[in-house]
Amino acid sequence: MQSARQSYGRSIAAHAILATYTVIALFPVFVVIINSFKTRKAIFRSPLSLPDAESFSWIGYETVLKQGDFFLYFQNSLTVTVVSLALVLLFGAMAAFALSEYRFKGNTMMGLYLALGIMIPIRLGTVAILQLMVASGLVNTLTALILVYTAQGLPLSIFILSEFMRQVSDDLKNAGRIDGLSEYRIFFRLVLPLVRPAMATVAVFTMIPIWNDLWFPLILAPAEETKTITLGSQVFIGQFVTNWNAVLSALSLAILPVLVLYLIFSRQLIRGITAGAVK
Amino acid sequence: MASDTLNKKPVRWHIAIFLAPAVLVYTAIMILPLFSTLQLSLFTTVDQKLVFAGLDNFRTLFGDERWADSFWNAFGNNSWFFLVHMVVQNPIGVLLAALLSSPRLRMNAFYRTSIFIPTILSFVIVGFAWKLILSPIWGIAPSMLDFIGLKSLFAPWLGRDEYALTTLALVSGWQFIGIPMMLIYAALLSIPDEILEAAECDGITGFSQFWKIKLPLILPAIGIISILTFVGNFNAFDLIYTAQGALAGPDYSTDILGTFLYRTFFGFQLQLGDPNMGSAIASAMFLIILVGVSIYLFGIQTRLRRYQF
Repeated sequence: MQSARQSYGRSIAAHAILATYTVIALFPVFVVIINSFKTRKAIFRSPLSLPDAESFSWIGYETVLKQGDFFLYFQNSLTVTVVSLALVLLFGAMAAFALSEYRFKGNTMMGLYLALGIMIPIRLGTVAILQLMVASGLVNTLTALILVYTAQGLPLSIFILSEFMRQVSDDLKNAGRIDGLSEYRIFFRLVLPLVRPAMATVAVFTMIPIWNDLWFPLILAPAEETKTITLGSQVFIGQFVTNWNAVLSALSLAILPVLVLYLIFSRQLIRGITAGAVK
Repeated sequence: MASDTLNKKPVRWHIAIFLAPAVLVYTAIMILPLFSTLQLSLFTTVDQKLVFAGLDNFRTLFGDERWADSFWNAFGNNSWFFLVHMVVQNPIGVLLAALLSSPRLRMNAFYRTSIFIPTILSFVIVGFAWKLILSPIWGIAPSMLDFIGLKSLFAPWLGRDEYALTTLALVSGWQFIGIPMMLIYAALLSIPDEILEAAECDGITGFSQFWKIKLPLILPAIGIISILTFVGNFNAFDLIYTAQGALAGPDYSTDILGTFLYRTFFGFQLQLGDPNMGSAIASAMFLIILVGVSIYLFGIQTRLRRYQF
């Protein structure tokens, strides 16, 4: 057994490394946010100091809120992300369960077929997707984005979830069958709660690319009323590139809602990961 | 799998029902468009009509000096981009996860939450924020280097063709380090306490415990993050586009396959978009990714041992 002093030193080293990296991770975000509250002069004279009474200014935010419709963009992003995420998790878990639980003809083929989407980025099919959306009249609708993102998220979620579902004990499921549970109940009542930590992980990995995507909103839904926040801020910053107050404020406005959402969500995510880890 | 051992089972409709929604959406929105794009690469447009051209587009892409140079430049840059991620991002991610999973660590949740924050930000934010920080006009980077006495090391990293690509790869690694960290962290937590206690009884603790006991158990997770990094990098576009524009400057030194595809596909400045050449590039990217994934699936994943606890 290790001596107490040794473990004390080790935990100090761990804290030092983690704290250093935390500073590296947060520094750019911090710099952008504090400078968004300053006058133009203060941004350049002392970029690292907090805004004080003299240098404090709302000018950047005034410009942004006057010129851009950030609330609408945010609402669009939220709708698209939440609906696609729900569809990906539900459909993905169902398919992963079928693949990992049952032996049937073509199981391996089906698994490979669904895994194709991990290797082939959906972007490579953009032209044909655009043609499809034009043909079905879905251009400039949020539905088009939701469909694309659901298809995009499914392969990876099926892949990860079936890895985890293989680890769910067979005895448990068989006990359920002996007790007369239908296959659907076994899936929803027994297996889903057990793979919740994996679902949380999949949710984060699915959500981030959807929220942050620039490509499909630009091509499938560039209209003013369907712009997502990513596209909206890209366009806005492109127009105001020399107005540092406006750019920094727009960046902060794009950061803050996600940050708040994440801080609320992360507690659940972390609880899911830690509590659900199969011990 | 008790149900399988019984003979004369009726048709198991539940399997079809479990699979149907995912398979339908996936086939209609992803697979069919992908194949029609691959098909488009075999055609060319003459007088606004599609004409079958066989492999002509590929002959142009690899035979014509101008096209071939651009392609191999983008491919080389992309490989370097991937290498930087594998050497910097993933090992640091594993290190952070290993530290986070050490028992009785205080402020654990705080570190984890903070380090994951860049990952949730969009490329637009990350690209512009780093562009501002590294900008010689604003001067945050030079004055911070000055603070530790290294001001002479400062260069406008994003503006020099020898540094720009590496800088962007590091920025991208900075952004996405949360993903390997979280995956490895979850894998480390799922290692049963009994195994670690047994190791401690045998006197294996600390670093050697990580190296000898935990690392072999999390190899499948490391395999997954490697292949995710590979696919993500060879499909990257947004960060370069936001930070350097569609021209991937300076002098195409940050041009990767994604930006090359975009320029060809949709055109830029005076050059018109060419969907068919774009499809040819998309097909080439498809092939590259296919080769990488096959190496992982058949060469690496099958050799990893899985343990069921």
